[in-house]
Parts: sequence; structure tokens; C-alpha cells
Amino acid sequence: MLGIVRQKMLEQSLKKIPPAVSVLRSYSSAAKQMTIRDALNSALDEEMSADSKVFLMGEEVGEYQGAYKITKGLLDKYGPERVLDTPITEAGFTGVAVGAAYYGVKPVVEFMTFNFSMQAIDHIINSAAKTNYMSSGQISVPIVFRGPNGAAAGVGAQHSQCYAAWYASCPGLKVLAPYSSEDARGLLKAAIRDPDPVVFLENELLYGESFPVSDEVLDSSFCLPIGKAKIERKGKDVTIAAYSKMVGYALKAAETLEKDGIDAEVINLRSIRPLDRSMINASVRKTSRLVTVEEAFPQHGVGAEICVSIVEESFAYLDAPVERIAGADVPMPYAANLERMAVPQVEDIVRAAKRTCYRSVS
Amino acid sequence: MCLQLTYVVKSGLVGFPLHQLNTKILPTLSATIPTPFPLVFSAPIVSFLSFIFSSPLSLPSSPPIFSPFPSSLPIRKKMATAFSPSKFAAQPFPLNTTSQNNPLTIPTIASPFLGSTRKLIRLCSSSNLNLRRRSGTVVAVSDVFKENKSKSTPNLLITKEEGLELYEDMVLGRAFEDMCAQMYYRGKMFGFVHLYNGQEAVSTGFIKLLKQQDSVVSTYRDHVHALSKGVSARAVMSELFGKTTGCCRGQGGSMHMFSREHNVLGGFAFIGEGIPVATGAAFTSKYKREVLKEVDCDHVTLAFFGDGTCNNGQFFECLNMAALWKLPIVFVVENNLWAIGMSHLRATSDPQIYKKGPAFGMPGVHVDGMDVLKVREVAKEAIGRARRGEGPTLVECETYRFRGHSLADPDELRDPAEKAHYAARDPITALKKYLTENNLTSEADLKAIDKKIDEVVEEAVEFADESPVPPRSQLLENVFADPKGFGIGPDGRYRCEDPKFTEGTAQV
Repeated sequence: MLGIVRQKMLEQSLKKIPPAVSVLRSYSSAAKQMTIRDALNSALDEEMSADSKVFLMGEEVGEYQGAYKITKGLLDKYGPERVLDTPITEAGFTGVAVGAAYYGVKPVVEFMTFNFSMQAIDHIINSAAKTNYMSSGQISVPIVFRGPNGAAAGVGAQHSQCYAAWYASCPGLKVLAPYSSEDARGLLKAAIRDPDPVVFLENELLYGESFPVSDEVLDSSFCLPIGKAKIERKGKDVTIAAYSKMVGYALKAAETLEKDGIDAEVINLRSIRPLDRSMINASVRKTSRLVTVEEAFPQHGVGAEICVSIVEESFAYLDAPVERIAGADVPMPYAANLERMAVPQVEDIVRAAKRTCYRSVS
Repeated sequence: MCLQLTYVVKSGLVGFPLHQLNTKILPTLSATIPTPFPLVFSAPIVSFLSFIFSSPLSLPSSPPIFSPFPSSLPIRKKMATAFSPSKFAAQPFPLNTTSQNNPLTIPTIASPFLGSTRKLIRLCSSSNLNLRRRSGTVVAVSDVFKENKSKSTPNLLITKEEGLELYEDMVLGRAFEDMCAQMYYRGKMFGFVHLYNGQEAVSTGFIKLLKQQDSVVSTYRDHVHALSKGVSARAVMSELFGKTTGCCRGQGGSMHMFSREHNVLGGFAFIGEGIPVATGAAFTSKYKREVLKEVDCDHVTLAFFGDGTCNNGQFFECLNMAALWKLPIVFVVENNLWAIGMSHLRATSDPQIYKKGPAFGMPGVHVDGMDVLKVREVAKEAIGRARRGEGPTLVECETYRFRGHSLADPDELRDPAEKAHYAARDPITALKKYLTENNLTSEADLKAIDKKIDEVVEEAVEFADESPVPPRSQLLENVFADPKGFGIGPDGRYRCEDPKFTEGTAQV
């Protein structure tokens, strides 16, 4: 009990720090820096103030200020009717949110991690994704499902799965995976404004990372298009396509490769469904080599889909087989060294890029 | 031994706090053949049947436990025992009553709960089934209507117009479903078709009390719910035939009837899936009123589901949330005793579903679902409660499906005696009898309605037959509401409609 009191006191003091201040605190150069956490928080804040139909629902989003503090301050600002702490019933509250969305209100459902969304996946797929089609356009579902996805640090097999491929295989859903703060802000705003169900896959380890943001990004009507990827780094020798945390790894791998004379082009997919096939194909036609990177299980994954897309559309342009880097085909182990081996590392990406350039055979 | 009691309660109450009742209990004997409308002395409205109990019809050898109340018992105690086996869920809610003197008639009527309950009945024989111990506070859910009529003239539950409306709706449901069976066997309809024959009283009893903006969420047995709510027979039939003129343009099918105009939210194939969606629709009604400040928004949602669903986790999750947030929803259990071939009693630890309501903080009611007037009275209560913002109600309607689970079900596990028993309690025949006996209408009027409905259904079939199948281009339509899937731009318009839509990557 005392622990809770102390916690509440801590939260009181935390609440007093508005997000803008923490942005300024982490600025060290001319461009403004913003953490993903602040980016998401500010996006939610702005969308909720712009449209009173937007409300949040999830476990610990209110009084606890969010399990990962993404929804910090929103309960105080918008009240308990718009920031709802739910009981621990994923299937139930997801269905409730979907039913509410049938009537045009815009729920943003938070899953504490997307692993828990498996308890609610029937509602995400069957009552949200398929409804616009089954009702032939009568009932659209403007809902957003968001939460951390993929591996965190040492959380074990049941908390570490990446669900991008599962959700992206279902027509009727839009699946977004931001990497930087600009992505997080723009895509979350686009998702909330979107009239269709959107699965928004964040990454827990990225929450605390800062990225530079321009003034345009900080504008309250900034939003990014769904279904368009971004070229994070232009290059001409090999294309590396990645999403979420792996974009950061790909950028580091590109720096290493540059020292070896290989100029890599890094694509941040941003949107897993709809996949920006045209941009990936255009890039591969330019470079003739492709490495796809994801931290999910390899079979039936995003990399497999991208590979087939290239084979279908740009096969003649390929100079080397497509390399697919994915997590190990095992449930995530707990031991730190095993976990490191089960998730792609920068060296793996570098080696794969070199393989496509025939610089090495391993 | 088991108790056999039927309570006729004035003005359709769900329950009464014992201390507030000021009644005279007038036992009324019914005929041995159970009729849905027992003779009553004064304004009868609802009868709540007791649950597991044998009927003289089925087990002639076992006499009812409680004979008509011996006058030696003091009234209070009688009420305690009288109510304790009733299916009013004990729930200490504050009572809204006006001061009333309501004579209460308690006839004994057979209300058999057949099927595999035979074994349970024999179990019953050995103990009192906790009947006497169960004397919890029984609480009313709403106001007791003031009755001005004298005891001698029967007060009818419905007017002629209402009676005809109910009759027409039930006959439409029945004729439609029978036509579906015919069409299925002729190959015009395909896939999974689940028919609602026998359960019309529940759909009609509840849905005819709703406004257009109220919503209905159902399961795969949803044709009649859609019809009762107002979707035209043509649209439903075309949908079943898979034609483009159907209510979902042929893209939904038998199990996914959606209508934005009539607020029919489906049509869900997974049992239990519709319950959270209904809870969400009710949530929106409350949200609109409280956050979006649409002050007169009092839309109610009805969730229909079966006995099998009551063992599903989502059911309990939603009972919890609906009661927690006091949502304007009525959970209607269509307990037809069978989930495909699984008898309710074989699947459920405590078969009395209505009792699960109070466990979550809402009233639970049991009603005879073969009797449209009783269902209607309970529905008035429950819907009224929701509209006033008092929260959810769980209503268990004991009903029966005359056909199998679906048209592919051989229906071998159900006892023919059970089927015959419920067939004798056909809701349409019962309503017909009520209307004619109480001189509300004549046989000729009812026959005219029958004929009219036959014509409507035939016309619907012709319409569906002549309608075109969906064109090729329809295959990829409506996956997203957003036309090309690129989302909404900062100016609030679809990005793909913006003539200057470019790659859209911001430069940092």
C-alpha cells in the first residue's frame, strides 16, 4: 500500500513536467530532438484535443500514466471519460472499442504489448478488419490498435514476438511500424484520422531514443501518408529494407559498409500494409541488390513478402539473390547471450550486404 | 422435490423487494396442459417460469411440490418461498416504485424444462434444491405501474394494433425461415444457414420495442433479428442468395447481416464475438451523451446470443464492463438448450444463466421465451432501465429451435418428446389464441396477414432470383473505407484525392 502511495507521489511530480520541456532538455544541437515517447504523447494529445471523438482505452493508460508512460498527462487533461483504464480483458475491451468504432467514435486501443493482442486478435481481424467488406461499405471501423511490438530486453518468449507479418497478412487492416520520432508522430496522427482499422506497432526499446525533428514535424497537422516508405539514406550499391528498430541497425550497418566501399541505400518501410512495393522495386532496380531486415520469425515474414514482390516485378534487375535477415526461428530465449543471438545484429546485416556484393561467401 | 410455480406479476416487473410488496397472493390453477397464458384474475402481465421443474405433461407421476398456496401460510412467508424459486436475480438495487397495491397472482403452471434435464429432475427429487434457503432479497428493477382496473376484468397486455404487429412480425420470421430451408434444398442458398424457427417470440418481443437508432447485435442466427429490426425481406433474401441487391451486396452472407440504416450491427459467426461489439455500441451511446454532449442520446443496444455463449470468456468480460460502466445494454440469452449437439446441461456447471447477472452487479431475469407477451413485458422493463441510464440487464429467454442448428445438422440428438413439447408451445399459435380469445381480432384478419406475408416472402424470392450476381469489380471494393489506402492528409481529405499527392516523405 505504501509503495502505491510513494508511486503516486512520484507520478504527481512526473505529471508536472510537460512534454515540451523534456524535448528542450534533450536538445544538444541546432535541430530539436524529441524522444519517441514524447512524439507519441504529443500526437495523442493533439489528436484528442482536435477531435472529441478520439478516446483512449487500455490497461494502465490513465492513472498509471501508461505502462510505458506514453499516455502521461492525458488523464488529467481529458478526464476519465476519454482516457479509460480497462480491466484486464483484452478480448472484451477490444471488442467494446470495435463496437464503439462502428458508431464513428475513434478509439485508440493500447495493448500493453502486442503479445497480449493475441487474446483479442479475433476482434482485430474478424470484427474490425473484415467489417467494412462484409457490410459492403456500410460500417467502417476508424480504430487504432497501438502498443509495443517485438523483442525488448530479457523479457522472455511470451513477451517478445513481432506481429507485423501476422497482421499484415490480413486484408482490411493497415499496419504501420514507425522508426523515428517523425515517423511516430506523423503515422500515429494519420492512423487516428484514418477511417480504417490501423495496427500501430511501436518498439519498447526505441521509446527513449531521441531523433531530430523539424518544425514541420512539430506542427499539429503534420501527418505522413500511410503506404509510403522513406529512403533514410541514399545509396547505389545495395538496398537494405527494414522497419522499426532494425532501421537503426541498418543505418549503422550502412556506415560500416561505407568504410568498405559499399554504398548502401536504407529504406525505412514505415508501412507494412499496404507495403510500398513501388518504392522498394524502384530502389532495387537502381541498386540490383536487396537485403531485407526484420526481427520477427523468418517464415512467412515481411522479408519473404518483399522478396516475392521483387521476384514478381524486378527479377531481371537482380544481380544477386535477395538476402533475408530475420530473428532466429526459435521462441525468444531468456539468457542475454542467447537473446543476442536470436535477434539480428549489425554484423549480420553487414555480412549479408557483403554477400550480395559477392565480397564474401559467409 | 421440485417446485413448480409460475408467477404472474403485474406490469412486467423483474423482481420485488419483499418488504415493499403489498399483495394478496391468489393462486390460480392452470390447466394441466401448459398454456402460455394462464388464466389470471386481475391484470396479469408477465409470468416468470420456474426453471428446472418437471411438468405434469412430461412426468405425470411426479406431482408438483407446492400445491396452490395453502391459505394457512402467512403471506410474507409465502412470498418468500414463492419468490425464492423464481428467477428474479437477487440484487440489492434501490427500488423505484410508486406506492402500489398490486395484487399478485401466482398460478401453478407447468413449465417444463425438458431435454436432458430428466436426469436433473431426478436429482431434484432428492433434495429441495436449496429452494427454501434461497431467500435473498429480490429487487424490482423499475417502477410498478399503477393498475386501475378491477380484478374482475382482464387487463390485456396489448392493443389490437400491437397484437397484429407482433403477429405479423412473427409470421414473417417463420415464413421467411421456412422459405430459406426450401431455397437451400433447391440449391439457391449455400454455405451455412441457421434458422430461427421457434424462437420468433424473443426477436419480436424485444426488437419491436426499439427505435430505429437503437442497435441490435446478433449471432449467425440473425435473419429474423434483421427482419424484425426493419431490414426488408427482399434485401435479406438477396443477401442469402448472394446477389448484389442484398443488404450487404452479397458480401456478407447468411451469418453477417449488417444494416447501417436500421442499426443492425451483425451477424457474427464466432459466438461471443457480438457481445463486446454490442457493449461497445452501448458505450458509444453513453459517450455521445456525456462527452460529445448529445444530451438526448439514449440509444439502447440489444445483444442476442445463445446458451453456449454463456460459457465463453467474452460474455463474462462484457457483463463486468457493462455493469462497471453502467452501459445501456440488454444482454438477451436465447437459451434453446442446445449448442449444436451439446446440451446446455452437459456444458454448464450452473445452468441457470440468469443468476450470472447479479454476480456482476446487474439484474438477471428468466422468462418464457415461447410467449411473446411475456418476453415483451420483460423487454419493456429491461429496455426502459437501460434508457433511463440505470445500467445493463441480463435476460434469459427459455426458448427452442424447431429445426436443427443449421440446415446441415441432422438433429439426431434431441429427444422427439422434447421437440413435440415445445412444438405445442409454438409462439405463433399461442399469440393467435390470445388474440382471438380476447376478441382483439378475428381469424379472418389473421389469415389475411398470413396470406400477405406469404406474398411478401414469395416476392422476396422472385426479387432475389432476378437480381444480378455481383460484378467482378465488386471483389476488391470496400476492403478499406479509405479509397486507396493511403490515409488522410493534414487537410482532412483522402491523400489519394489530392492532385499533388507525392511521395510524401518529409526531409529532416
